[in-house]
Amino acid sequence: MRLAFILGEIGSGLRRNLSMVISVVLVTFVSLTFVGAAGMLQMQINQMKGYWYDKVQVAIFLCNDSSTSTGCASGAVTKEQQDNLVKMLESPAVKQYINDYQFESQADAFKHFKEQFSNSPIVDSVTQDQLPSSFRINMKDPQKYQIISETFSSQAGVETVSDQRQVLERIFEWMNGASVAAMVVAGVMIFCAVLLITTTIRLSAFSRRRETGIMRLVGASKTVIQLPFILEGVIAAVVGAVLASGTLWLVAQFWLNGDLSQQFLNTPFISSTQVLVIAPVLIALGGGLAGISSLLTLRRYLKV
Amino acid sequence: MIRFENVTKVYDTNARPALDAVNLEIDRGEFTFLVGASGSGKSTFLRLILKEDRATSGSVYVAGQNVANISSWRVPKLRRGIGVVFQDFRLLPQKNVFANVAFAMQVIGKSRSIIRETVPEVLKTVGLEGKERRMPHELSGGEQQRVAIARAVVNRPGILLADEPTGNLDPITSMGIMGVLDKINQNGTTVVMATHDDDIVNEMRKRVVELRNGVVVRDEARALYTSMIPVVGESRRMKDASDAEIDRAQGVQQ
Repeated sequence: MRLAFILGEIGSGLRRNLSMVISVVLVTFVSLTFVGAAGMLQMQINQMKGYWYDKVQVAIFLCNDSSTSTGCASGAVTKEQQDNLVKMLESPAVKQYINDYQFESQADAFKHFKEQFSNSPIVDSVTQDQLPSSFRINMKDPQKYQIISETFSSQAGVETVSDQRQVLERIFEWMNGASVAAMVVAGVMIFCAVLLITTTIRLSAFSRRRETGIMRLVGASKTVIQLPFILEGVIAAVVGAVLASGTLWLVAQFWLNGDLSQQFLNTPFISSTQVLVIAPVLIALGGGLAGISSLLTLRRYLKV
Repeated sequence: MIRFENVTKVYDTNARPALDAVNLEIDRGEFTFLVGASGSGKSTFLRLILKEDRATSGSVYVAGQNVANISSWRVPKLRRGIGVVFQDFRLLPQKNVFANVAFAMQVIGKSRSIIRETVPEVLKTVGLEGKERRMPHELSGGEQQRVAIARAVVNRPGILLADEPTGNLDPITSMGIMGVLDKINQNGTTVVMATHDDDIVNEMRKRVVELRNGVVVRDEARALYTSMIPVVGESRRMKDASDAEIDRAQGVQQ
């Protein structure tokens, strides 16, 4: 009985305040979409880190005929220099840091290059002897790149030592920046949402002051008087959170795993199921914020 | 049922107290008129019983319990034992008669079947049978006040407080309302009614408590609106002082 009564009160409150309720829904929707987007970016970063960090290698590029760096003053790498590098890679001082290594000849490099840029006209203008041969090293601990770099970059016949990880780091930094920006926007929007919920609840309490006055007089408990107002705010915010979750799911399903994954075949995108992990967080966040701000508003504006 | 022990209520420390050391006891089942000019402390008296306000000093006992010792979460329980009626009825305009009365039961969690059984009974007591489906704006002032009374007593409170319940009504309608209140009193409910309406007080011949500037200046059984006993002693001094104050106030108005 009491539950039915409270539900009825909520219904009439929502109906009477419809335009304000809709604005609460929309503001929480937008703000939580930003929160969720920041979360998705972080998940994407982790996913890509997990995927790429296993695959990234440290490459020791060897001199070829067209090399210009100081280490290559004597021209292309000689067989002797190459053997020397292999010996160093096999030495215990270096071996402890690496899992394994492969030699990529100029022919291999050319083949990979052609695969990678198969759609680009640049393939036609590149010849095999323009590309460097290299040692590809899989590190035990990618953080120890510095040791390899110091050991090998000054050796004769080595043009440069490059860490693919650094290229990725730059991408991740950029993505991180984007997610921080999304969080800042989300923060401002959440602040707006809280203010709007506060105003809505105040308005609702004011428009129903007759009812609440009578409820007080006939001895209704604090819960029965306040709960409809609190739930009104919570329901509006939760609807906003559900809309936000739905939007993020659509983005993951049709954009990330649709268009984008076809364009970037080698990039592991987060799946739409992973996005569903964010949904309960958004709903709890929206509902919680609305509940707390409604409660604080009522303590000030609804005498019990 | 209601006991005031040396109760003082000060709203503004610069002004005189709204109630000044009031001692009063109202027994179970009694019908008491609270009379006095506006600002004499009648409403404050009622508010203290409901714990809407806290006494500055002294104690207010309702049903044997000192209201100062009732914690805020138990105040609703206190108020369930007290019905209240106002001059301006305070009905919910978008609810019909039945729903207005039922509202008082719904909000304290009474079951639908009990509501369906009790509300018509109470409406019969106040003389509104057959008008369950009317909206408040379709009723006369007297009928609206009857709905308000029905709402106040539907949960069978031990006490009914009425704050100028006939203030907006013509004399004949007022007498009808008094009949309803009397009937409720006959059923054992303690009734305290604040009023200016001398005709009603004179007609009913019940206990009259007269307040003047926050002080009880008269407490008489089966009395009239104005005293038949000459005012003497301390009361006399107070009466003169307050008369002088009233004259002054009227002088200022003119």
